Amino acid sequence: MDERSISSRLIRSAATILILVGLTASATACGGGTDSLTVYSGRSEKLVGPIFEAFTAETGIALDVRYGSSNDLALLLAEEGDKSPADVFLSRSPGPAGYLDDIGMLSELDDDVLDRVSATDHSPDGTWVGFAGRGRVLVYNVDEVAVADLPDSVFELTGPEYSGRVAVPGSNSSFQDWFTLFRLRNGDDVAIEWLEAMVANGSRFYPKNGAIVEAVGRNEIQFGLVNHYYNFQKVAANGDAQRSANHGFAPGDDGGLMIIATATVMDSSDEKNAANRLLAHLLSDGQQRYLTNKVYEYPLAIGVAPSDVLPPVPGDRVGAVDIDDVAAEFTRTIEIIEASGILDQ
Amino acid sequence: MLNGPTRVDRVRARRGRPQLHLVAAAVLVAAAFALPGGYVVWRVIGGTESPLALLTSSRTLSPLWRTVQLAVLVSASTAVLGSALAWITTRSDLVGRRFWRIVVPLPLVYPSFVGAAAFISGLTPGGIVHDLAADLGFNLTLRLHGLSGAWLVLTLFTYPYVYLPVAARLASLPTAFEENARLLGDRPARVFTRVVLPQIGSSIAAGSLLVFLYTMSDFGAVHLMRFETLTQTIFRTRLFDRDRSFALALLLLVLALVVVSAERTIARAGARKGALLTGDATVGDRRALTVPLGRWASPAIGLVAAVVGLALVAPVVSLADWGLFGWLRSRRGGAPLRLDWGDVLAPTWNTVWVGVATAVIAVIVVLPVAYLTTRHRSRLGGAVNAVVVAGFAIPGLVVALSLVFWTLHASPFEFLIGSMPVLVFAYVVHFGAQAVRTAQVAVDAVPNRMEDAARLLGAGRLRRLATVELPLMLPGLTAGAGLVMLSTMKELPATLLASPIGFRTLATQIWGTYEALFLPEMAMLALVLLFISALMTWLLVVRRSSHLR
Repeated sequence: MDERSISSRLIRSAATILILVGLTASATACGGGTDSLTVYSGRSEKLVGPIFEAFTAETGIALDVRYGSSNDLALLLAEEGDKSPADVFLSRSPGPAGYLDDIGMLSELDDDVLDRVSATDHSPDGTWVGFAGRGRVLVYNVDEVAVADLPDSVFELTGPEYSGRVAVPGSNSSFQDWFTLFRLRNGDDVAIEWLEAMVANGSRFYPKNGAIVEAVGRNEIQFGLVNHYYNFQKVAANGDAQRSANHGFAPGDDGGLMIIATATVMDSSDEKNAANRLLAHLLSDGQQRYLTNKVYEYPLAIGVAPSDVLPPVPGDRVGAVDIDDVAAEFTRTIEIIEASGILDQ
Repeated sequence: MLNGPTRVDRVRARRGRPQLHLVAAAVLVAAAFALPGGYVVWRVIGGTESPLALLTSSRTLSPLWRTVQLAVLVSASTAVLGSALAWITTRSDLVGRRFWRIVVPLPLVYPSFVGAAAFISGLTPGGIVHDLAADLGFNLTLRLHGLSGAWLVLTLFTYPYVYLPVAARLASLPTAFEENARLLGDRPARVFTRVVLPQIGSSIAAGSLLVFLYTMSDFGAVHLMRFETLTQTIFRTRLFDRDRSFALALLLLVLALVVVSAERTIARAGARKGALLTGDATVGDRRALTVPLGRWASPAIGLVAAVVGLALVAPVVSLADWGLFGWLRSRRGGAPLRLDWGDVLAPTWNTVWVGVATAVIAVIVVLPVAYLTTRHRSRLGGAVNAVVVAGFAIPGLVVALSLVFWTLHASPFEFLIGSMPVLVFAYVVHFGAQAVRTAQVAVDAVPNRMEDAARLLGAGRLRRLATVELPLMLPGLTAGAGLVMLSTMKELPATLLASPIGFRTLATQIWGTYEALFLPEMAMLALVLLFISALMTWLLVVRRSSHLR
């Protein structure tokens, strides 16, 4: 009986193919010597790629970069633990960095890196540093809304003139960052009351900032709570055909908030010096100017001015409030957002 | 009319116990496919949330209910749509059948977030499809969101899961019975319900099951449609409420196991009633059967054109609109396109070879499972089938994390981390289910009698496999391989997290440009992916599975 041969043959040939595939791949993947760093980047290659290229040109240190969403990369890092190949992790917001900090995976950064930014733009224990900011703003349709009618405060959005006209990205991580801060500053009662009033006022749920800017641009809805960055990209692509604009709330209002992208060095890294060098490069005047002039983000390094086209710097930063237990606070935020019913709007 | 049991083989219930080697191979495969599920269970045991306790909370129950609702609706509508399209394109005298056979399966290739995004933005006011339709006098103002929006988009993008296996089954089905029925005076509709439907039933069930599981695991489309399913909740809580996220993932997995087992029970009960037709006709009879559509010609072409128009052309038009806009902008001296050949060529090549390699390996790997589960009746076969197929409902992110976990912390293969074998392994485990059911149908379609004849003539096992069984199974296996290939080509989370660093596919490039809101560049890459997929579907799937005509 040679029935046995079929399955074992199949398995053997599958194994051979797997091994061959592996050998060719690892042969091409190998290469970096001692002078290379591994970066996990939650910022897109199209935005930060040029910064990495400049670093390699300047220092001769090659960078191997894994791009992905910040939350997924943080989960990957947690799963890899001490065995992670990553030296540096860039995140869209402080949340994922805070999560890794909580489980003790981040190292303390060098002072000359931390000193590049003001104290509100790095974590109190010096495990992460902000390198670019995105402002929370109100995007509005320029044909439907007069500039004089724009609100000063996020609290006005619960009024009758905004009934059914405001888009809220309830499941979006930037919105959740903002809402966590909003809640910590005003207390849970005020925050819940505001969100429930938004729901009662017929505010609509959209999953993404980009979707809101698009919807506002085509007048599907008139206002939206978003990051400032999206409208710039839309205008860059569509020019005058894009019928939406950003509005910053009055200085000091709780609606305006800066969400900062963070850079961290992993505690398991063997190349902490080179890793800190990369962070210093990210915060150098030249790269900060690139970030604000080409990518339309707010620079965070002391002494670098934001691009003229950006709205005034929004007041507070996510990093400004010391959050003891990041995970617990975000869990609470998610609970409140779910309970409010905004996700069903 | 069909009382000629001599022409009909009872393929199932093969005598004797399965060979030990077959059992060992199938169990090994099942063990590999169980890795993501095992990881979820491990995390839930170590976590603080109990899935049972979560079941009493409305925060869990309402997404769970939405998931079931959506999955049932989408699998029902794709079953009807996919089978209808398969019959029309393989059995009728529809104009341009060859062309339709290439384009009809293609909507499967849109990464969920791209297809849904292009679809929505094209059909809403200001979108190109909406405005073009308005110029032609149609008002398409749809407000797509929630259950109806998610249902529509998922139906349009997943019906190929039904279409491909059913079309493959029709291609291998002997046409003599249909012809006889027609000659005896049955109308086409009656031929379809009495002769064809019983024969393609298991393929329809196989495809709908894949749709059900895919809908459970989908994130992109439901996210854009603002419909909070279980998978959405899992994604939203994945970082800051990890225990709950894993407990919900376990719930998803249990639901998938229940559905897969139920489908198998029903499919077997159905199979017991009617036998599969695989008479001598299969080998000798290679004539095409063409049913004249007559006065149904216009509705038929209308249906095919409407589906292809909505699922394939509408997103393509939106993408072309975005892409063209960016190109014109750069021509007029505006912002240049931020895309060079390096962004396109290497990722395209990677996409092609990894798609083909995964498809071939997946089909080889699931063959023992298909043999064990169709040729032998055993509880073990049922369990192996459930494990392998239900894994498809696990979101790709969880599959990727699980393989990182097992590779690094619980295997001698730590050195393989971040290498191609781990990535291909992840693809196979994630998408292998798509090849299982079509392989089962293919194995089922091989008559024992023919194999016995070959055996009596002294042909060895391998020779029988190569000369008798494989040629008969080819259409089915190719359909399964095609599904795996198309899914792999657009896969994102595992590619981002488990690939060798620097390995780029078209899907990762599309995602990168989408994240940066570089829509013209994103659109061009998506069009490249679509074109490459069409080419490969034609070269590797359509030409082979329709070699009968």
